[in-house]
Amino acid sequence: MPLIENGKLVEDRFTRVADEDETLPASTPLLLSLDRFLKEEEALKSANVEVGIIWPNNKPIAEIAPYLPRLALVALNFPTFRDGRAYSQARLLRERLGWKGPLRAIGGVLRDQFLIMARSGFDQIVPVKPADAQAFDEAMHSYTVFYQPTGDGRKSLLRARLGRSATRADDNGSKDRGAAA
Amino acid sequence: MYVYDEFDRAFLAERVADFRDQVERRLSGALSEDEFKPLRLMNGVYLQLHAYMLRIAIPYGTLSSDQLRRMAHVARVYDRGYGHFTTRQNIQFNWIKLEDLPQAMADLAEVGVHGIQTSGNCIRNVTTDQWAGATPEEFDDPRIWAEILRQYSTFHPEFTYLPRKFKIAITAAPKDRAATKVHDVGLRLHRNEEGELGFEVLVGGGLGRTPFVGKSIRPFLPVRHVLSYIEAIMRVYNQFGRRDNIYKARIKILVHEIGAEAFAEAVEAEWANIRDGALKLTDEIIDDIRARFLYPDFAALEAEPAELKAALEDPRFATWYRNSVHKHKVPGYSIVTISLKPVGAPPGDATADQMDVVADLADAYAFHEIRVGHEQNLCLPNVATKDLPELWRQLDAAELATPNVNHISDIIACPGLDYCALANARAIPVAQEISKRFADLDRSRGIGRLHVNISGCINACGHHHVGHIGILGVEKNGQEFYQITLGGRADEHAQLGTLLGPAVSYDQVPGLIEDIVDAYLELRSSPKELFIDTVHRLGVEPFKERVYATH
Repeated sequence: MPLIENGKLVEDRFTRVADEDETLPASTPLLLSLDRFLKEEEALKSANVEVGIIWPNNKPIAEIAPYLPRLALVALNFPTFRDGRAYSQARLLRERLGWKGPLRAIGGVLRDQFLIMARSGFDQIVPVKPADAQAFDEAMHSYTVFYQPTGDGRKSLLRARLGRSATRADDNGSKDRGAAA
Repeated sequence: MYVYDEFDRAFLAERVADFRDQVERRLSGALSEDEFKPLRLMNGVYLQLHAYMLRIAIPYGTLSSDQLRRMAHVARVYDRGYGHFTTRQNIQFNWIKLEDLPQAMADLAEVGVHGIQTSGNCIRNVTTDQWAGATPEEFDDPRIWAEILRQYSTFHPEFTYLPRKFKIAITAAPKDRAATKVHDVGLRLHRNEEGELGFEVLVGGGLGRTPFVGKSIRPFLPVRHVLSYIEAIMRVYNQFGRRDNIYKARIKILVHEIGAEAFAEAVEAEWANIRDGALKLTDEIIDDIRARFLYPDFAALEAEPAELKAALEDPRFATWYRNSVHKHKVPGYSIVTISLKPVGAPPGDATADQMDVVADLADAYAFHEIRVGHEQNLCLPNVATKDLPELWRQLDAAELATPNVNHISDIIACPGLDYCALANARAIPVAQEISKRFADLDRSRGIGRLHVNISGCINACGHHHVGHIGILGVEKNGQEFYQITLGGRADEHAQLGTLLGPAVSYDQVPGLIEDIVDAYLELRSSPKELFIDTVHRLGVEPFKERVYATH
């Protein structure tokens, strides 16, 4: 599957290790489930490879804190595209726990979610459909107006509006036309 | 009215373009129906029994005359000449074709109207008191806060795929006309002893198949913290709300399962981290939003003008005046409710012609402004009292002056089996038949305030749990049956109704309602005791004995 990092299609350096795979591939960066990571903690340390973990949706993201210094990648899963727990986990990981490394969206990742994923802090996206990957740039630029602040640095309207006053000429029912009474 | 600026208009145009693209991708097959569904829902597009339905938001119930006229246009051009006002300050068009939808939306967007977040598992249209800004009872104009929340919640990246839908309602008056206690979050605006404005925060209220009255988790939240506190609630819910069962996914189930206290603790812990962050509202931000609401230039007028005194000689006008006109905060002005419940018609429906009439009357007499209330009626919030006789004459000519506001025939009903794919039973014809039985205005006035709410299935869109008389349609062996509850209410004393007895058949419902009313007339301590108070005083037993004895 294609991997998009900060808007560019890139080669995925990480090898995804399934829980049932018997041995860990040697000398390649690995992406594992939390369970597998905990089981292989010692082996991983001595192998001296870059490690990423897939943090489960049903575990508070705050519990990832002790592991962060040893991680080269964090992935959050969307079991279906309708399951939005990872958006909150992503924001907390970025804005509360201060994770600056790569944050990857995996699972039910569709084009119409790219922008909100980016706004929530994801900088790596693994789209389900190749055509969606092609439309990445378009999807990211479908909006220029953002009402609320997140940690993504985009300017939100809450602040952008300040210092400007209401323009009455645009009103549909303003007082200057309200002369009936 | 709130004035949309270039940012709001740019966003709306981007949203219309986005949806047009999504419809094209659906029609080309790039999007499956499963993938398209949440996208169309978040733009207010449902697939109903017979056609696509478009639900349009009327943010905090406020409409300009131009906006209402545009809704009439959509009803005429893309639908069958009418629209249906819902219990959540929305309007629905039931017969729009998918390929016409983007154009209908573009037409609406020209006047700043849209269906964004009127459906889907996101924060829905924030609702409030239809008398906002006009009633003398309120602590502040609740629309300021509804607008702040509208902006905050619009396409919120973190809260667009919640476990389930999320509804917020605000009241700024002690008398709650917004049903805040049966919303996912209810906000009660008031002042504390120091005179500071703040919200009591209630969570976990709601109807549907598992109804709850909301629980207070914070008695006073200074207004500047409203966004960060809502964000904390949403974040706890988004992470920990159930996603294994759609019927247990609303926040009310989470609050019920872990308890209001534990839920409040989780919210407070999250809030402690963000309360002084980017979401904290400064006076400058609040004033900026406040300044965008333009109020009418009220004139100094006589509180009891000669025109009114003369008109009150006409008993038909006097009846309407006593029923449909309420006190305004400015002397010489009045709040007028327009009943959308003419006897025998579907509750909440308005024809395109009626919408045009109301828009014209709003231009002539009400500063171009119209409101929609959760009881599915319209309201002109700012009418000069001296203009009431002429306004009434024109409303009456358009069949918009039925003086039955808050009467037994002012029924809340969902679309039911006539339109809805979820329904088990009809709701509209039941409402029509009951209103015919109580068409005699002297009789219905003698009964006094009595809210009948009808839902065609347990999803409870007709709010049957909180009707003084609640009627719930169920299906048994392929036949429609109806369960009756008594004593529910959605106001500041919100309470769920109590089941009266076994369900009855479709044909028996109107007679049963008449028997309940007869029992009330017999049981009430005086004509001043309202139906709801009699039920509260005596419980349902004396009603049950009388009603089922006759059936």
